[in-house]
Amino acid sequence: MSEPIIKIENVNKWFGDFQVLKDINLDVSAKQKIVVCGPSGSGKSTLIRCINRLEEHQKGTIIVDGTELSENTKNIEQVRAEVGMVFQQFNLFPHLSILDNCTLAPIWVKKMPKKEAQELAMKQLEQVQIADQANKFPGQLSGGQQQRSAIARALCMQPKIMLFDEPTSALDPEMIKEVLDAMVNLAKGGMTMIVVTHEMGFAKEVADEVIFMDEGMIVEKAETKEFFANPKSDRTKLFLSQIL
Amino acid sequence: MNSLNFLKSNKQNFYYFLYLGLFLFSISILDVAINAFLKINITSFLPGILSIFLPLILGFVGLNFIRTEYSGIKSLDIINKNINTNNFNAILTLLIIFAIIKATPPSLSWMIFDANISGDTKEACTGTGACWTYVKVWFRRFMYGMYPNDLHWRINLAFILVIALGFFGFFLRDNLKKYLALYYVIIYPIIAFLVIYYLISGGAFGLVWVETGAWGGLSLTFIVSFFCLIFCFPLGMVLALGRRSSLPMIRYISIGYIEFWRGVPLITVLFMSSVMFPMFLPEDFFMDKLVRVIIAITLFEGAYCAEVIRGGLQALPRGQYDAAKSLGMGYWKMHIFVILPQALKLVIPGICNTFLALVKDTPLIFVVGLAELAGMLALAKTNPKWLGFAMEGYIFAAIIFWIICYAMSKYSYNLEAKYKTER
Repeated sequence: MSEPIIKIENVNKWFGDFQVLKDINLDVSAKQKIVVCGPSGSGKSTLIRCINRLEEHQKGTIIVDGTELSENTKNIEQVRAEVGMVFQQFNLFPHLSILDNCTLAPIWVKKMPKKEAQELAMKQLEQVQIADQANKFPGQLSGGQQQRSAIARALCMQPKIMLFDEPTSALDPEMIKEVLDAMVNLAKGGMTMIVVTHEMGFAKEVADEVIFMDEGMIVEKAETKEFFANPKSDRTKLFLSQIL
Repeated sequence: MNSLNFLKSNKQNFYYFLYLGLFLFSISILDVAINAFLKINITSFLPGILSIFLPLILGFVGLNFIRTEYSGIKSLDIINKNINTNNFNAILTLLIIFAIIKATPPSLSWMIFDANISGDTKEACTGTGACWTYVKVWFRRFMYGMYPNDLHWRINLAFILVIALGFFGFFLRDNLKKYLALYYVIIYPIIAFLVIYYLISGGAFGLVWVETGAWGGLSLTFIVSFFCLIFCFPLGMVLALGRRSSLPMIRYISIGYIEFWRGVPLITVLFMSSVMFPMFLPEDFFMDKLVRVIIAITLFEGAYCAEVIRGGLQALPRGQYDAAKSLGMGYWKMHIFVILPQALKLVIPGICNTFLALVKDTPLIFVVGLAELAGMLALAKTNPKWLGFAMEGYIFAAIIFWIICYAMSKYSYNLEAKYKTER
């Protein structure tokens, strides 16, 4: 197997006295799709926020595509440009149109010419089927449309890795499907993805591996089929019995 | 209970009550108005106490009659909902209306009917009303201070140029729009300074030198306000960002600066700038008094601006920072493109507040011997030839300040509406 694109070794993190991550070890190879699940407060969001250093880890190493995350700001910005992220609350920029949301970072971070950035943005918006909304503002769109715009915005940076932090948790049930469809398409296109979600249907369809976290530890890590067919730990069984 | 309802309207006799109520209400207003304007008491045949309270009683009964839950008549419903909700509000409404009516004739006659404006000397003012002659004679002084009369065109021209340059941004071609901020923050102040320096100060291009001590009046108010406004805003922005910086050094310097300048009164700052400051400078180094004052006010108001802007920065959800960072934006890109445009929009009302306060603080420069509008008034009212007209002068100044400030707040409402975004 090739060198993993994300290497997480013995990562520990504390919020004050409270330890959120305990000795996390995880390797993700290119094009792998990983679903992270677990009860709330188990540290799943914190873990993926550590991967692009929206949170700092205090112990251990995280290496993303050959770059170690440390205090070095240049490295962090480089990693962030390669790692796209989609948030639970969409976090679109409300003062910019959808198209400007998508072109802002390519133009100013990647120094892409404006015209090229716009073409790329339109292509990505086409992919998530909201090209017709390009000139509207985020506040004028439904939650599902906003989240798909957010996916397109992240993709405009042409990232190697995509992180999803509970992308469907803030959506109405009717809109969850359109967002999941966009994510499934993305997965089929061969993107490396780490997804924190409670959508087990999505996990079964797309994931190569499922990770179950509880109390800051990785309790179980298994191939998708194996994970759902015969989970090993009791904690996982309990969780699955409640969620399925 | 039925007997109580006898005095309330119902569906059948609603219009009867409405007309009767309006009639009584009009009578009460009319009574007070006639009393105030024509000095005739039409109810003088009634015993004293009753004669005084009659309009109040009539108006109260009238308002009581027209008060209904919902009538369907728009203006009536507005009245009932806002100024006639219950008996207490009805009485308050009446008293306020009466007070306004009562106050109108004396103030009108003082300001207009009995006032004088003709003539050039104090003796022309013979009426019992205001002496606008005073304002007329001193008008040029109030506008231009001690600036030589035949050179006033230089001030006018400078202001026209500065205003024209201010509008320049609106006509910029679209592909140059991105330099707009640069223009307004850096280039425009410099050009404006040069225009004002060379035109008003003179000393070059064949223009006679006029020292800043001679500047004054409203034009000085404008000059001081203008420069302080355009300089204190960027300063406030830098301080607000500094106060939230993750670098302790920058953070503590910003906090120290803000707390220091917010803690001292402006008047001492101005005094220091003119008296203490030159002592610390080398002998041959000279800085104009006006420049020192402008710097002092800018430093002072910058601290206030900083706190207002910080409020806007804190109002933004953390997700906006996260999203910008996750796209690979560094500190400056994140702030310039994502954070500040949203935060500054939020603080328009607060900034407008600070700016209005700044404009109204400018009269304080009197303590260092610079006489802007209010300062000129203080000088003019002590002129032996024109003693006793302080009132007219201050009313004149109040009106001018009000116009300036109202225009500014109107402009800020416009900005708010223009940059409104849905979240």
